[in-house]
Amino acid sequence: MTADRRRQTIDFAACGQEKELFMTSNQYDAIIIGGGHNGLVAAAYLARAGKKVIVLERRHIVGGAAVTEEIFPGFKFTEFSYVVSLLRPEIIRDLELPKHGLKILPLPSTFTPMENGDYLAAWDDHDLTRRELYRHSPKDAEAYDEYSRVMARAAKAIKPIINLIPPDPSSLHPRDVLNLLKLGQYAASLSEKELYRIAKLVTQSSADLLEEWFETEALKGTKAASGIIGTFLGPRSPGTAYVLLHHYMGEIDGAFRAWGFAKNGSGGVSGSILNAAKALGVEIRVNASVAQVKIKNGRAAGVVLENGDEIQSKVVMSAADPKRTFLQFVEEKYLPDDFVTSIKNFRVRGSSGKVNIALSKLPRFTALDEPALYRGAVSISPSIDYIERAYDDAKYGQISKRPYLDMIFPSMIDPDMAPPGQHVLSCFVQYAPYDLEGGWNDERRTQLGEAVISTIEQYAPNIRECIVGMQVISPKDIEAIAGITGGNIFHGELLLHQIFFLRPVPQWADFRTPLKGYYFGASGAHPGGGVMGAAGMLAAKEMLKDGVL
Amino acid sequence: MFNLKTTPFHERTSALCQPQNWRKWAGYFVVGSYEHTLDREYWAIRNAAALIDVSPLIKYHITGKDAAALLHRVTTRDIHKMKVGQVVYTGWCDEEGKMIDDGTVSRLDETTFRLTAAEPNLRWLMMNAVGMDVQIKEVTDEIAALSFQGPNTKKVLNRIAEKPLDELKYFRIMENKINGIQVTISRTGYTGDLGYEIWMDAKNALPIWDAIMLAGTDYGITPVGILAMDMARVEAGLFMLDVDYTSTTHAWTEAQKSSPFELGLDWTVALDKQGYFVGRRALEKEKREGSAWKMVGLEVDWVGMENIFKRVGLPPQIPGMAVRGSLPILSGNVQVGYASTSTWSPLLKKYIALAHLQKPYYEIGANVRMEITVEHHRQHAPAKVVKLPFYEPEWKRK
Repeated sequence: MTADRRRQTIDFAACGQEKELFMTSNQYDAIIIGGGHNGLVAAAYLARAGKKVIVLERRHIVGGAAVTEEIFPGFKFTEFSYVVSLLRPEIIRDLELPKHGLKILPLPSTFTPMENGDYLAAWDDHDLTRRELYRHSPKDAEAYDEYSRVMARAAKAIKPIINLIPPDPSSLHPRDVLNLLKLGQYAASLSEKELYRIAKLVTQSSADLLEEWFETEALKGTKAASGIIGTFLGPRSPGTAYVLLHHYMGEIDGAFRAWGFAKNGSGGVSGSILNAAKALGVEIRVNASVAQVKIKNGRAAGVVLENGDEIQSKVVMSAADPKRTFLQFVEEKYLPDDFVTSIKNFRVRGSSGKVNIALSKLPRFTALDEPALYRGAVSISPSIDYIERAYDDAKYGQISKRPYLDMIFPSMIDPDMAPPGQHVLSCFVQYAPYDLEGGWNDERRTQLGEAVISTIEQYAPNIRECIVGMQVISPKDIEAIAGITGGNIFHGELLLHQIFFLRPVPQWADFRTPLKGYYFGASGAHPGGGVMGAAGMLAAKEMLKDGVL
Repeated sequence: MFNLKTTPFHERTSALCQPQNWRKWAGYFVVGSYEHTLDREYWAIRNAAALIDVSPLIKYHITGKDAAALLHRVTTRDIHKMKVGQVVYTGWCDEEGKMIDDGTVSRLDETTFRLTAAEPNLRWLMMNAVGMDVQIKEVTDEIAALSFQGPNTKKVLNRIAEKPLDELKYFRIMENKINGIQVTISRTGYTGDLGYEIWMDAKNALPIWDAIMLAGTDYGITPVGILAMDMARVEAGLFMLDVDYTSTTHAWTEAQKSSPFELGLDWTVALDKQGYFVGRRALEKEKREGSAWKMVGLEVDWVGMENIFKRVGLPPQIPGMAVRGSLPILSGNVQVGYASTSTWSPLLKKYIALAHLQKPYYEIGANVRMEITVEHHRQHAPAKVVKLPFYEPEWKRK
């Protein structure tokens, strides 16, 4: 067989051996490496198409970075990811996730305490929010509606791309041409204004974008924060406006509204996908760490586990990060040099950590005594400068002295997350660079925890007396526990040069890889992370198209 | 000035009702919603503990030697088989076998029953009690009622009830005490979730409300209005008088009336029970000959609906609450029925409806189309007939 496109594969297969390959009684149609949500989604879609599938998970539980664990008795931590916003509606429908336990609970408000003792809040009622904004700036209160509409329209405009198999613009393969055509048709359907808006959005910094609209520092800070999540950039870095838009996409499904906090945290999301996959006949094996992909006649033909077990299959899909997928599971000699180089250069700089706290009672925020605020997000993002300064520390390998925090109290949304009367607090913290000067150790981890607590303390002085247990997760820990190289929550930053047909590597954005029979369907593939499940779903659909299964 | 009545919980509910959203129910004001959006109230029913004031439910105490005989004669259930402490759901019909009303019957002791109803039925009960040794008393004002619904409700009640609730089975009722105050608690509700209804002397209403609210703080207790309950009851496949069917006492035409079979209440019509009951002959005939209509569940195909909205450049726009309005159902271009209540189901992530369909379109799996309004234009979204209830958690009966 020869390569069916310009992109280079290393072709080991001798034609005569193809037949023999398909005659061996493979135990499985497909092996999925990694039981994160993308791996489970891919497995479920394959099983739904009647395929025999096994998921191999390194840890004792599935879920990857979407897990909930009881670190202190009775206190359940949604350990890494913590909200649902981008999970694809079609996955919810196709896999009947509500039937399998998915409950997306409302997370209705955002509260931003300010350094001067005041606060800015967005409530679940439009008029309340407007009145609150008006208190800070009548102009911003008015601009806010228009801004929201413009962003929602832009998000809606680029959203169809999420479900598109990224075409290789340099290829003349009919599949690529067809997909390019689709993209062209789609671009033609946008108005000039929309096209310019999108072009601007994908190149601009979120600070520049927001400064065009608003004057209230806390509003700009809070909005800018979603443009830096998961990147090693500051709000003044170009490209962050796109990340901001990426997060906006969860809000435009009309009545579908699949955004909020999952019952039982992110483990509830992967739990429902697991149940769906099992009901479809997917076999799950935990404590099954993959050492290598087995290659036979130039094709992926199974895997070898670290304990020496071998499992055979017609195809293999990796739901691990790009580095593990291509540099660890497969020997370099099976992949083209430039491909390997590109993967080595793929940016996976972890920039965020997570601090999960068990509380004996709720802390009191001095800015506002209002029970409703604990049911939404609390954002420590008083201004763009505050976040940019936090980034300054990280640029030079330091933990931010005053980090950006995105906090929620899961037990206030789902009371089953903590023992009656007690609470859990989930703090996403940025910046905590993976490449910390001097490296990560217990002392630095304590330092990260302390940076978070002393930051909260500025706004809720009694936080320390509420704490009964604390779990500090550095990017190194994300790597060690969830197995994500570099500890980047998106398996690779959502930088302009790492999205769409460039993700993870140009010419290989369609979930196939230079190694035949080996597929890649995780957050490091198109359309990126955020517990979307899209990569897993799209990869499974492509696998089914190739005629091997 | 003449005002509608308020319920015994009004002092508490009115202080909590942020949006001033009040609804009329059988001559009383009750809270429509306590918060500006229904989300949290709805999810309290499905994930925590929802406290709902249902005092306006019309209640009768029926006592005396012939109490059972009267209810056996009026309702379609086999009342003589009921044990003390048992509750049954039932409809009752006129002589033509068409529904007058529906509610629950609780057997409080050998000769005492409590009947709930959506509308006043005293005259009908009296007419049927001629010659019987039975007293019928309306106790709507005297008995306050709270519906306490959601998976955490048992844990909350166990904190404050004198006798634990663990032994109380689905559709059973028990005498109990909360903070020393006498109450009866039934494991019933209008949401299709784990839940209880707590019945108390109206003068004890506030201390019971306070006790439950306090005990529920750690379990996500939320006061919930009837709008969120309306969404939950559609998911549970439960219908409502004057919304999903017309009582024979209000109907202007024969076509407006419904039989229990047409409403899917076959399981409540005990044609094998001893003796006469109102509507028996007509119901036996309908059972033999089959029903012309049936109330079923309808699930709108989301992608089909999305495509219709896409044509005008919008994502699907449907109300985030239950809509009590008739929507035509078509097969081809012919109308074959109507939906009487439709709602977005936040849990199932589906647009669902209770629909009345003509034979043979009421068969499970039948493909029909339901009217939706898209930018002021009437369109028809593909939909499928499904089994009721739409949602039934394992803990409802367990």
